[in-house]
Amino acid sequence: MRILVCVKRVPAVGSRINVTADGQQVDTAHLGFTTSPHEECAVEEAAQITERLDGDGHAVVVLTLGPEESTEQLRYAASVGGTELALVVAEGGLDWDPQRTATAITAAVRELESSGGKFDLILFGNESADGGNFQVGIRVAYALGRPIVNGIKGIDVTEGGIVARRETDAGYEVYELETPCALGVKEGINLPRYPTMKGRLASRKAQIAALDCAPDAVSGGQARQRLHRPPERASTTVVLGDSAAAAPAVVDLLDELGVL
Amino acid sequence: MSSVAVLIDHDRGIPSGGALEALTAARTLAAGLGAAVDAVVLGDSELFDTHGASLVAACASHGAAVVHRGRHALLADYGPDAWGAALASFVAGAQPAAVVAAGTDRGAEAMAQLAARTDLPLVANCVSVSPANDPWEITRIQWGGSLLEDVTLSSSLPLLTIAQHSVEAEPCEGGPIETVVADFAPDLGPEVERTLVRDRVTLTEGVTLSTSPVVVSGGRGVGSAEGFATLEELAELLGGRVGCSRAVTNNGWRSHADQVGQTGTRIAPEIYIACGISGAIQHWVGAMGSKNILAINIDPEANMVAKAGYAVIADLHEVVPAISDEIRRRRDRPSS
Ligand SMILES: Cc1cc2nc3c(=O)[nH]c(=O)nc-3n(C[C@H](O)[C@H](O)[C@H](O)COP(=O)(O)OP(=O)(O)OC[C@H]3O[C@@H](n4cnc5c(N)ncnc54)[C@H](O)[C@@H]3O)c2cc1C
Ligand SMILES: Nc1ncnc2c1ncn2[C@@H]1O[C@H](COP(=O)(O)O)[C@@H](O)[C@H]1O
Repeated sequence: MRILVCVKRVPAVGSRINVTADGQQVDTAHLGFTTSPHEECAVEEAAQITERLDGDGHAVVVLTLGPEESTEQLRYAASVGGTELALVVAEGGLDWDPQRTATAITAAVRELESSGGKFDLILFGNESADGGNFQVGIRVAYALGRPIVNGIKGIDVTEGGIVARRETDAGYEVYELETPCALGVKEGINLPRYPTMKGRLASRKAQIAALDCAPDAVSGGQARQRLHRPPERASTTVVLGDSAAAAPAVVDLLDELGVL
Repeated sequence: MSSVAVLIDHDRGIPSGGALEALTAARTLAAGLGAAVDAVVLGDSELFDTHGASLVAACASHGAAVVHRGRHALLADYGPDAWGAALASFVAGAQPAAVVAAGTDRGAEAMAQLAARTDLPLVANCVSVSPANDPWEITRIQWGGSLLEDVTLSSSLPLLTIAQHSVEAEPCEGGPIETVVADFAPDLGPEVERTLVRDRVTLTEGVTLSTSPVVVSGGRGVGSAEGFATLEELAELLGGRVGCSRAVTNNGWRSHADQVGQTGTRIAPEIYIACGISGAIQHWVGAMGSKNILAINIDPEANMVAKAGYAVIADLHEVVPAISDEIRRRRDRPSS
């Protein structure tokens, strides 16, 4: 089985997000970078699916569109199950327009398929951690003529198809798709593994295919003006105590709030 | 008169809370455009026989001048292709001025399907939309609500989703408006069958994490899966649910279904008791809808303590059992 996973490099933000003075980007001066959590789980899921299958010739191709430094996230993916890596270099302004991102990813998928064969399954995250546009995967799948369901928290490979489960408030919904198809997965579908020392070493040597399909400069209809932080709720904290002796004060509070 | 069309996302005839919020937000947008608000509801004949009247009533009380009912046998249950294709079919016929839906799982997915089919931009999770100028000026959320982005949108047909809980669903002043029901037959090909819901499984009945009035959550400070026993006990005494942080799910101490935050569940309890949780921004966006927050943490500088209304600065392993003991003690004592 050939599986493609699309991942995005995002800053690992802490207790608050700072924005650069020009309001155009998250200030990453003191931040590391990571992969969106949903997509990390997508890589793990692809690895688990291929490990469960008999025979060889299975592949987990990991693709990202981003700055040159995104090789860091690709190599990490290779250390936890990715078998082939591909990068579309697209500097600044990339995450501003999901339509443009989708066009470039579609072109990249076509290029990867023309050289390596069709992907049976393409995995996306349910939404990117930063942009949260909830659409790139759906646009790509539609352009490729493949069915896609978002929000997936369970995948079983069956004869000729996929059974996918989507979480609802009360339980889950079941979808049955024929391959080739695409899915948007959510964190919680699995618990991603940590890289082994051996995996880490191998990933340093992994080849990264550079694809030449950066999005053209023509912008779609959505254009960023400015990023800013939402107003913070001013709060003064009432400290009820500094030991277990605070319990009666806590229970008084619960009583006052009517939850006792 | 042109109209702002609102997709009413529903589950087998029951509209989502987000759908009524989207109708409320669309009223403001429509006023800015001098347009009416219309609703679009998708289903099959059986669904409309059973739920048609209540769906129309909900739309009317929230300001829909026309309720467009897209009827088709393939719309008996939800499917992203079916809903996307039905919306595309509606748009081609009715030519609305804009299409809006809630940023719920279904609303967001159906709108992305519509955007893909029409190759138009889609601005997701808007919190305010100003159509006064061309291009439109919109503020949307990023990072699950930790950050806002101002964008402009130039499009022949603006497509938007409304961030959940960014407006409160409000019926129109002066009661339901006079609403016309108009049926249309969406043009659906057999390919939409490929993504229909085939089956569903119910796991929980009653209060869920997102609806529970009390949530007792634990973070890395709890230290182990076993450490959650005292939190379970307190939650049970209060008729609440146990939540957790991503550090906890990453350690395998609890299932992801319990995770509160950007990539977990958004909660809105009367009180959130956060034990041993530092309050990272991605956790906070899931908890900030709580009416009251009590942080229990050994670190007085923790972000969760700074943001909470109430705090106990002590070891959760001592404080949590003491709270449960105190509750039991008061309950055992006959009230005077
Ligand atoms: C894109 C993205 C999405 C994310 N989504 C989520 C999400 O949905 N939900 C989420 O929770 N996180 C999310 N995270 C992770 C988040 O950034 C934090 O890493 C995580 O919330 C930290 O969990 P924690 O507070 O339990 O652990 P820590 O940050 O390690 O905090 C532990 C706290 O426990 C206190 N403590 C320790 N011992 C005790 C004791 N005995 N008694 C009392 N207090 C004690 C410490 O003082 C500290 O404040 C996300 C991260 C990213 C990058
Ligand atoms: N720059 C990118 N590179 C690779 N994949 C991406 C990129 N942007 C978005 N995606 C994929 O599309 C999904 C949805 O993104 P979004 O529409 O931005 O919420 C993400 O979870 C990724 O799987």
